[in-house]
Amino acid sequence: MKERWLQPSPDATQKLTQGLEGWRSGSGIDFESPEAKATYQERVTLLKDALEMMNPPPRVPVCPSAGHFPLEYAGVSWREAMYDYATLARAWHKYYDDFGPDAYVGPGTIVPGRALDGIGFNLYQWAGHGLADDEGYQFVEREYMKAEEYPDLIDDPTGFFLSVYFPRICDELQALRHMPLLPPVHEIPMVAPALLPFARPDVKAALETLVRAGDEADRWLGAIRGVGASIMGRGLPSFAGGISKAPFDLIGDSLRGTRGVMLDMFRHPDELVEACERLVPSMVRYGVESSRAAGHVVVFIPLHKGADGFMSNAQFERFYWPTLRKVAIGLIDAGLVPQLFAEGGYDQRLEIISDLPKGTTLWWFDRTDMARAKRTVGRVACLSGNVPLDLLCTGTTDDVEQYCKTLIDTAGEGGGFILSTGAGMQGSKPANVRAMIDFSKAYGVYR
Amino acid sequence: MLDTLVQAISDMKEEQALAEARALLAAGEDPMRIVESCSSAMELVGRRFEAGEYFLAELMMAGDLVRQVSDLVKPELRGRAEAAKRGSIVIGTVKGDIHNIGKDIVAFLLDVNGFDVHDLGVDVAPATFVEAIREHEAGVLGLSGLLTVAFDSMKSTIRAIEDAGLRDRVRIMIGGGQTSDAVRQYAGADAYCRDAFAGVSLAREWVD
Repeated sequence: MKERWLQPSPDATQKLTQGLEGWRSGSGIDFESPEAKATYQERVTLLKDALEMMNPPPRVPVCPSAGHFPLEYAGVSWREAMYDYATLARAWHKYYDDFGPDAYVGPGTIVPGRALDGIGFNLYQWAGHGLADDEGYQFVEREYMKAEEYPDLIDDPTGFFLSVYFPRICDELQALRHMPLLPPVHEIPMVAPALLPFARPDVKAALETLVRAGDEADRWLGAIRGVGASIMGRGLPSFAGGISKAPFDLIGDSLRGTRGVMLDMFRHPDELVEACERLVPSMVRYGVESSRAAGHVVVFIPLHKGADGFMSNAQFERFYWPTLRKVAIGLIDAGLVPQLFAEGGYDQRLEIISDLPKGTTLWWFDRTDMARAKRTVGRVACLSGNVPLDLLCTGTTDDVEQYCKTLIDTAGEGGGFILSTGAGMQGSKPANVRAMIDFSKAYGVYR
Repeated sequence: MLDTLVQAISDMKEEQALAEARALLAAGEDPMRIVESCSSAMELVGRRFEAGEYFLAELMMAGDLVRQVSDLVKPELRGRAEAAKRGSIVIGTVKGDIHNIGKDIVAFLLDVNGFDVHDLGVDVAPATFVEAIREHEAGVLGLSGLLTVAFDSMKSTIRAIEDAGLRDRVRIMIGGGQTSDAVRQYAGADAYCRDAFAGVSLAREWVD
């Protein structure tokens, strides 16, 4: 099985072409006018041309990562946005109406507070739940899986998550530890014992908690789908749909923690590699299914612990890259485009990550040297990024325009580039955001 | 041999480092010299970090080895007068940001470099920094932050220090996440440090 997803399947390109065409057609979107539909299709064409790398698009598409800038801009607190979906929707509309970027990024990262409250989610803190009303949610860095538990994770990832990990990160779902062991339930005498946990009062209560949280998540989804439908109906395509993660980050971020995973490279190297391999199929499936649910071809993959400075290239090539590459190939096989968001710097890795089939991926860089990126990974993948957040937060509009000009000149040369921010642009001065979008749209025309 | 200990720590050889430390203690080696060897090992790790041979992974691993060796030595050091410290430093992650990893590494390195480190933790309010600078008579302040929200918190922290009349008594460095020289200027700090070792070198420069 380890040989799977080393090279894309022969029909991957055909599937990608179909997927991109489906995106461009805008079928299923209720456009408010024929002009809106035309604008939508023009914008998808910009993105599609940049991604496929066959011809330069008419101009550089401009798609900043909204982050939670729309909340700040609308004067809405995190607490209001996470608990009152109509207010969240209003803020999102206002940003897109006032700034007019080329693509829409939904408020999927402004998560439903009541659903998290319901399950007693303790992996993060958020507004009204450990943080002030105007503070964005933050991860609570801890060791959520012990090093000794690698064999449990490797033997049965699903069982480990369901009955060991979820009770740890959800205070109200402790009873999930009684879930029956799967897959042994197959012979008739095994059925009744597998049903017994569901007779327990604590398991019943946990299931009811899940139902209530599920209903809340559904209300939230309804609200944010409504925002998406109305903004797309005005001619703005969505930039991404699905989400997945690098197996090493899944382990390093939310299971072992930064310190844990760094030390595991020395103390438990073989188990770490095996666990990453074991999580590849789940990450491919998650990416595929979340994309299908969103009806989109681009899969957002936020990358964390493979950035410059975290590890050597030798460690990167042993622990991080092989399984991330398999996830990427698995998604490409399904006709999807991995959008690899490399927060921090990736200068050390540019040669290594160039080992991907041309015109199938999008590398979104934060603080990477874009001239070097263009000469290396930029030969095989569309680049995106890297207007710096410190500049948007503290600089002047002149600084921003100058930066965008140089960026378009270097990274944009010959196409294959989408101008974006280095990361979610919270804290940016609105005038700087406007300067970035307006200037880049005007300057980025290919002649 | 102390040299073997230094080498084992700086080469990430865990079993060898611990065995060597135990053997040294059993042979009656001065525990203070074992502690000094830990500092020498971290210095070597720092040089390799600056040369681009070592990364966060080695920093964390070496840090863990030093902690384990220190735990072995500590009982032997009980009752001894503490060595004179290099200078007092206050450090913390600013208000609104709860990220601790970068800050913890800098605090650890400052500690093994002989500074008297007062780590205020994360999500630290400006007034708490002001109070700590006063209480510990700190000559250096380190402000850490991963998120963009930290830019304004750094600025308001430095303003609070100015308002308290302490600005000319303390030199301020910032670092972490999205910070940069532009943020240093925005917040009114004295220096921006790209990584943990840059912070330590600068602190030494400022204090010595």
